[in-house]
Amino acid sequence: MDKIFEKPESMKDAETHYCQGCGHGIVHRLICEVVDELGIRENLIGIAPVGCAVLAYDYWNFDVTEAAHGRVPAVATGIKRSLPDRIVFGYQGDGDLGAIGTAEIIHAANRGENIVIIFVNNMVYGMTGGQMAPTTLLKQKTATTSSGRNQKMHGFPLKVCELLSVLPGVSYAERVAADSPQHIIKAKKAIKKAFENQINGLGFSIVEVLSPCPTYLGLSPQDAVKWVGEELTKEYPLKVFKDIK
Amino acid sequence: MAKIKIDLEKCKGCGLCILYCPKGHIKQSKALNKKGAYPVEIIEGEACSGCSFCAIICPDVCITVYR
Amino acid sequence: MSNFASCLRQLAKLDMVNPMSKKILMCGNEALAEAAIIAGCRFYAGYPITPQNEIPAYMSRRMPEAGGIFIQSESELAAINMVFGASLTGTRAMTSSSSPGISLKQEGISYIAACELPAVIVNIMRGGPGLGNIAPSQSDYFQAVKGGGHGDYHQIVIAPASVQEMADFTMLSFDLADKYRMPVMILGDGILGQMMEPVEFKAETKPAIKKDWILDGCKGRKPRIIKSLFLKETALEGLNLKLQKRYKEIKDSEQRCEVLYGDDSDIMLVAYGTTSRISRSAVEALRKKGKKIGMIRPITLWPFPEEALKKLAKSVKSFLVVEMSCGQMIEDVKLAIDCAMPVHFYGRTGGEIPAEDEIIKKIESING
Repeated sequence: MDKIFEKPESMKDAETHYCQGCGHGIVHRLICEVVDELGIRENLIGIAPVGCAVLAYDYWNFDVTEAAHGRVPAVATGIKRSLPDRIVFGYQGDGDLGAIGTAEIIHAANRGENIVIIFVNNMVYGMTGGQMAPTTLLKQKTATTSSGRNQKMHGFPLKVCELLSVLPGVSYAERVAADSPQHIIKAKKAIKKAFENQINGLGFSIVEVLSPCPTYLGLSPQDAVKWVGEELTKEYPLKVFKDIK
Repeated sequence: MAKIKIDLEKCKGCGLCILYCPKGHIKQSKALNKKGAYPVEIIEGEACSGCSFCAIICPDVCITVYR
Repeated sequence: MSNFASCLRQLAKLDMVNPMSKKILMCGNEALAEAAIIAGCRFYAGYPITPQNEIPAYMSRRMPEAGGIFIQSESELAAINMVFGASLTGTRAMTSSSSPGISLKQEGISYIAACELPAVIVNIMRGGPGLGNIAPSQSDYFQAVKGGGHGDYHQIVIAPASVQEMADFTMLSFDLADKYRMPVMILGDGILGQMMEPVEFKAETKPAIKKDWILDGCKGRKPRIIKSLFLKETALEGLNLKLQKRYKEIKDSEQRCEVLYGDDSDIMLVAYGTTSRISRSAVEALRKKGKKIGMIRPITLWPFPEEALKKLAKSVKSFLVVEMSCGQMIEDVKLAIDCAMPVHFYGRTGGEIPAEDEIIKKIESING
């Protein structure tokens, strides 16, 4: 019998610090699978964010740096412009990208920086204890929206792909989900396309991955993925928002 | 012919593979692993189709699939 | 045509001059920018703010010619983080701003220090606090020499006092940043940035330092990580102790200053940058009258020239610190001499500049 599925070479043989059922591990692996398939591991620089994925460099087996909170796109810009023939990607969570780093993501996108951003949207701040994220749903309870997110107090869930896709510098924006094998296969295709775009010099690509956070959703891992697939996708539809090619 | 191998020590027991296995081939173990989780295990005698759904959904890269 | 580079190229094309040995009238900001290019800076990111706007404008023209990168960033935060990214690839990188913008850069400077990345940061100081004004000032001294951002770190701080030094010290800054793998700040002010003086550019002579720590893809080697997160207390203490060891080495070997009439002065002025020029005039005027007045001009503000001050403290009767602030460097003077003698202060603030006669009056009041 042949091995038809195993740990990708670009992934270290390490146990992650993520909670049971957390989607980050899936997204980490998808990136590594794509990196292996495209043969770019030795030509790659990744950027870890601040947030739950802050330790991503412990799991990726290629060059990685770590940016200040929200500054991933600025750091990626500095790297890619200095080494245009290397592949550069940033990994960002919803607080990192959608709140503290909004200026950086919008302007990197608008400049059409030839980089890939993998945006893991799990609707909550995990690392700091489950506070409201910019993408938290209305009525969703978090540590800082104890009676549910109320738009009068907290504003509305931020639609990142919708927002970025109107910018002329963006070549590709797709929202996918890490809730089921079918969706994960699609997510991998999207991530691969984003990297291929960079290789082909097409400019800024973003893949938003809706990802389960069972711990701060207060659900079992199984219920959390069901919630992502059944409820979350109503507010955050899975689709290609932009594809210039 | 297909089979899966589960890294019982790495498994955090989230059970997502159980949810998505179309053959009902996987179950939660009754024994704790070293990290204190109930890992998943293969139900002996059940046929694996090698669809890899379990490995694709696994957040902890615990499953290797052979076919 | 104010574009120095174009002028140089035109002259070089005509084979009329050696472009590296010709004095040219330039403003401080442009001289600094050209020197950065000569020093091998190939990445500049910045955000407009007065009185340093000539630097990004010059870089926007010059960087593409030199095969480098110019980015007008969306903010000072983005600019310093772009420099972080460029620097970790081994590229000589610089950003510039003025006081309020430098406050925004502090986050990035702390990360650059923690990740042991070389970077040159230019602060052409203006009046503060807050939005303040666009007039020259020296009120960011504390921020520059005491750290500025969070955590136990330092940056080398260099204070030019002429357009020539704006150029020379910029080249020095890149060498020091690479040598010690840390941020170096050039601390100028609105006058030094704006005024025009003849400047002669020197060719970069120092061989490039081999950077075996950069991220450029892991081909033929193990993957590298550049980060500032150290969750284990022992690991973070280890980093801090390593940095402190380097800082001590810098304190021991990189203190720079200029001493004027150090042998026989009763009162020694202490001033840097623009105020050192005015103080120098005051000293020379009083010397003509036979007064025993001298001056020490710190060139490195961190490391502070403590050794020179300690030596002077054996012979002088008092010090007079002159600053365009309410008194910041004076604390380092007192510390350097262990408060062994009176340290007087004269300062103007809010964009006001101490005049020569004001300084002379202050000296006379000390004497009297």
